[in-house]
Amino acid sequence: MSLDIASLPSSDLDPFSIDFFDNPFPDHERLREAGPVVWLERYGIYAVARHAEVHQVLNDWGTFCSSRGVGLQDFSREKPWRQPSLVLETDPPEHDRARKVLARVLSPVTMRELRDGFAAAADAMVAGLIGRKLDGIADLAEAFPLSVFPDRIGLTQDGREHLLPYAGLAFNAFGPDNALRREAMARAAPHIAWVTEQCRRENLSPDSIGARIHAAADSGEVTADEATLLVRSLLTAGIDTTVNGIGAALYCLARFPDQFAALRADPKLARNAFEEAVRFESPVQTFFRTTTRETELSGVPLPEGTKVLMFLASANRDPRRWDRADAYDITRKTSGHVGFGSGVHMCVGQLVARLEGEVVLEALARHATGIEIAGMPVRSYNNTLRGLKALPLHIR
Amino acid sequence: MKITFIAADGTVTPVEVTAGESIMRAAVQNDVDGVIGECGGSMMCATCHCYVDDAWTDAVGPQEDGESDLLDCAASEVRASSRLSCQIKMRPELDGVVIHLPESQL
Repeated sequence: MSLDIASLPSSDLDPFSIDFFDNPFPDHERLREAGPVVWLERYGIYAVARHAEVHQVLNDWGTFCSSRGVGLQDFSREKPWRQPSLVLETDPPEHDRARKVLARVLSPVTMRELRDGFAAAADAMVAGLIGRKLDGIADLAEAFPLSVFPDRIGLTQDGREHLLPYAGLAFNAFGPDNALRREAMARAAPHIAWVTEQCRRENLSPDSIGARIHAAADSGEVTADEATLLVRSLLTAGIDTTVNGIGAALYCLARFPDQFAALRADPKLARNAFEEAVRFESPVQTFFRTTTRETELSGVPLPEGTKVLMFLASANRDPRRWDRADAYDITRKTSGHVGFGSGVHMCVGQLVARLEGEVVLEALARHATGIEIAGMPVRSYNNTLRGLKALPLHIR
Repeated sequence: MKITFIAADGTVTPVEVTAGESIMRAAVQNDVDGVIGECGGSMMCATCHCYVDDAWTDAVGPQEDGESDLLDCAASEVRASSRLSCQIKMRPELDGVVIHLPESQL
């Protein structure tokens, strides 16, 4: 430990409040400028908002663990609301065994298999929206992922309306015991029941991604119960996040017409335009880690067993890391953004998200001549996710 | 220490890096065209595919576990010298390494 203990700036910010969600960017900047580590008085936790520290915490699972929960709750002190995830809420080596199964079923090989079908579906859906006034969220950002991915996971047709509320619940649950979390918990039972049932092997269609996860139990790679939990991860993190990613891209392209013009001029930029939207809006705003030992972060001593809140969205706009951090630029070299995380827990479904985002934006680049905001966007509030509830658009 | 990148069109870009840095990150942070590094080094994509120069293949060493599965999905031809540059960390004996880049990564 260094003898020079850096002074620890303190903030009374509530990063789980509606005011903050409405416009988090000025507070992100204040946190970044306050210091490399900031004490959040309201919750008695440490926070990091600069890219370097967020990246460091994400990449040091030995010191900053996930097994005590990646929300505010410390699983070693409080009972989690559900059985912990086998990937999100574990550390190596247990984590790696489960992750390997998901990484295999969501690999580039699988993407090759999905690509043509997803591209055709996006093309047809977008072609049908030209010349219309629509809600960019319901009619495209939600409609597209819901039209392609649940089928590939292998879900039954009935009850899919539970998918987005279940994901909303899971991401609200990472936050504090506030109104958002309590209301989500109060409505949770039917969503949990449906998801639990859907994860069972007999309820997934043959040769689906869900069925392939269960097949890993046959070879003894995971147990049957573990396979069920891994399917749950797909249902929790595989759809709502992509909805918010596509929603973010539409919101960006509608606000910055020069960028949409650049995309039209070169539709091959679609994949990077989506990636840049993930950096710019950061659909997943925050995650926590818990210290496994006494440590030091950028000169600030941290005790064992404390929660550290990582502002992914702030890291993605840290001017220390990014030129013109507040500009949406579809030609930017985006590698290194933490919108999908970083390190061993980096989003295992990132290729599905990118594929879905790419094919939607590519279809827009080919079919649309302009995207305009046609009414007041309505924000959706969640303790972890950033996105819109409604985005009135006119697509020409 | 130094890495020399040679693009498919022959463009030569020398880059200075510190030990422990991956070749992928060195390329991305120095704006070297021809490396994307889409997954940030989490071994989920093959967009940091590179060819290690013949004079350096022994020093760099063979592919890590899982690399060949991803390289199967690489956009450009896979050769005996193919590696994912995110899996090569710079160390003293690699000072001066020469890395050839493929025509495309997507």
